[in-house]
Amino acid sequence: MNSEKAKELKRFSKHIQIETIKEIANLGVGHLGGSLSIADLLAVLYGKQMKVDPKNPKWEERDWLVCSKGHAGPAVYATLALKGYFPLEELKTLNQPTLGHPTNFPSHCDRTKTPGIDMTTGSLGQGSSTAAGIALAHKMDNKPNYTYVIFGDGEIDEGQVWEMALFAHTKKLSKLIAFVDNNGLQIDGKTEDVCDLGDIAAKFESFGWYAQTVDGHDVEAIDAAIENAKAQGEKPSMIVLKTVKGHGWSAIENTAGCHSMNVNAQQLEEALAEMNAALEAI
Amino acid sequence: MDIKISKELANEKQAMRDAFCEVMMELAEKDRNIVLLDADLMGAMGTKPFAKKFPEQTVDCGIQEANMIGVACGLAAAGKIPFAHTFGPFATRRACDQVFMSGAYAKNNVKIIGSDPGITAQLNGGTHMPFEDMGIMRGIPEMTVLEPTDINMLKWIIREIAYRYGMFYVRLVRKECVKVYEDGTKFEWGKAVTLRDGKDVTIISSGYCVSESLKAADMLEKDGISARVVNMYCWKPVDEEIIKKAAAETGAIVTAENHNVINGLGSAVAEVLVKNKPVPMEMIGSQDEFGEVGKLPYLSERFKMNAPYIVEAAKKVLERK
Repeated sequence: MNSEKAKELKRFSKHIQIETIKEIANLGVGHLGGSLSIADLLAVLYGKQMKVDPKNPKWEERDWLVCSKGHAGPAVYATLALKGYFPLEELKTLNQPTLGHPTNFPSHCDRTKTPGIDMTTGSLGQGSSTAAGIALAHKMDNKPNYTYVIFGDGEIDEGQVWEMALFAHTKKLSKLIAFVDNNGLQIDGKTEDVCDLGDIAAKFESFGWYAQTVDGHDVEAIDAAIENAKAQGEKPSMIVLKTVKGHGWSAIENTAGCHSMNVNAQQLEEALAEMNAALEAI
Repeated sequence: MDIKISKELANEKQAMRDAFCEVMMELAEKDRNIVLLDADLMGAMGTKPFAKKFPEQTVDCGIQEANMIGVACGLAAAGKIPFAHTFGPFATRRACDQVFMSGAYAKNNVKIIGSDPGITAQLNGGTHMPFEDMGIMRGIPEMTVLEPTDINMLKWIIREIAYRYGMFYVRLVRKECVKVYEDGTKFEWGKAVTLRDGKDVTIISSGYCVSESLKAADMLEKDGISARVVNMYCWKPVDEEIIKKAAAETGAIVTAENHNVINGLGSAVAEVLVKNKPVPMEMIGSQDEFGEVGKLPYLSERFKMNAPYIVEAAKKVLERK
């Protein structure tokens, strides 16, 4: 990747963070921490790697994304809006339905409501199997589409993820590329204290996956890992992203409490000042 | 609708699972988007011939029901028409949240087949004997919940649901079952079947209990009681009209199901009655009890699901008219 493209992705990521926090602050509460931590990944996916057409969200040739950590919906919605799937203005309706005007932007990703959302998620772990099913459908038809799936690290406590890990290996789903947003925190504390995941990449490797671990806030490293995943072409891929929960707003970074939090107008102003300064510096 | 009822009420010559495999192969032959999933029970379900003939349309997940339902939902989202089979308790109890969220809530298109309903689980016993599967599925919005009575109805239901978009649960006897419908019977989607007319009481039954209900009606006739018999193969949505008509015309209802009477067919019928025309009811089925091991004749007696108990219930309900 040339440096200009890297800068473009970094700027895209920062815009995703800015729109995400505005979206959440407009209501005053939301799943901020785990939304901010995947902004760099979303920037690489939608800014470079994924084959998509915002004017035709159900385009048959598209790559699919299952955001299995469905509570990161606000970050995905911000990304889709910035890509032109729908106007940014609509993000203001996040979780704010009124009678006769249901919102298309619920807390958790819903394929029946939001253009560009490929799968409904929210009950953790389930995006694993649906993503595998989507990848398998394309494999059955010898189609080149990639399926991407994003897990939270706390999410992979769920047994279903490991059922799928065995399955995807058995079925050789080489066009399934999974990410774990490994920010080390879940609602009740540090992942190592609540339910120790150990070495995530080693575990997936032992399940027969092609596994890598990279800095989840380095767009070039994420991009290179995806290129590696595509190049190996035989196994399902796991890319563990070392991330910071609440990334981009230093006041909340690395706190379990930012999983779902209140954001008032003053906090929004502070966060935006920090994010805009970071954007300027790119 | 053109119903031809078997006079003999003898066992089908073919096992239900073989008929299921046959109809799935017929569908798969015509449409490569038809996919059959299983959780390591293809041997038990008799679907190995399908796997052999259509390996590209077969997905055996191993013993992982939650993943299987999720994979089926992903396949459906990408345009496939998945049928996912495992034993009834595991298709419903174990994978309930996957059916709910990746399936129904996501407005997906998966056909779930749960085999060995209720007492037909026989020697697998209480752990494998679902008296709750239909209830679990009935509680999920927009699920269609069905129980075919015999092979002719099974084949019709499978062909119908393949091309009706949405989430379906079909509970299916694996082995022997009584032939109720002769070849050439034409069913009508959404309409329950009146197997026998009657004016004193209506027996609304499903699955295993249908032939027992017909036998009960014969027994009642000898005692001068005219019993109508309705086969309610679709528990959700139920055929409300036929229930209302039965209440108005016969004034008493007995439901007969191979399931817990709580949250099952009895409940579904009662829900319609109380909103329209309440009439006295009795409910044959598991009275909120777990299953246990045994052969079918023992279990039908143990759980009071056979004809003499249906007769008893009919007489009891008539006293309350």
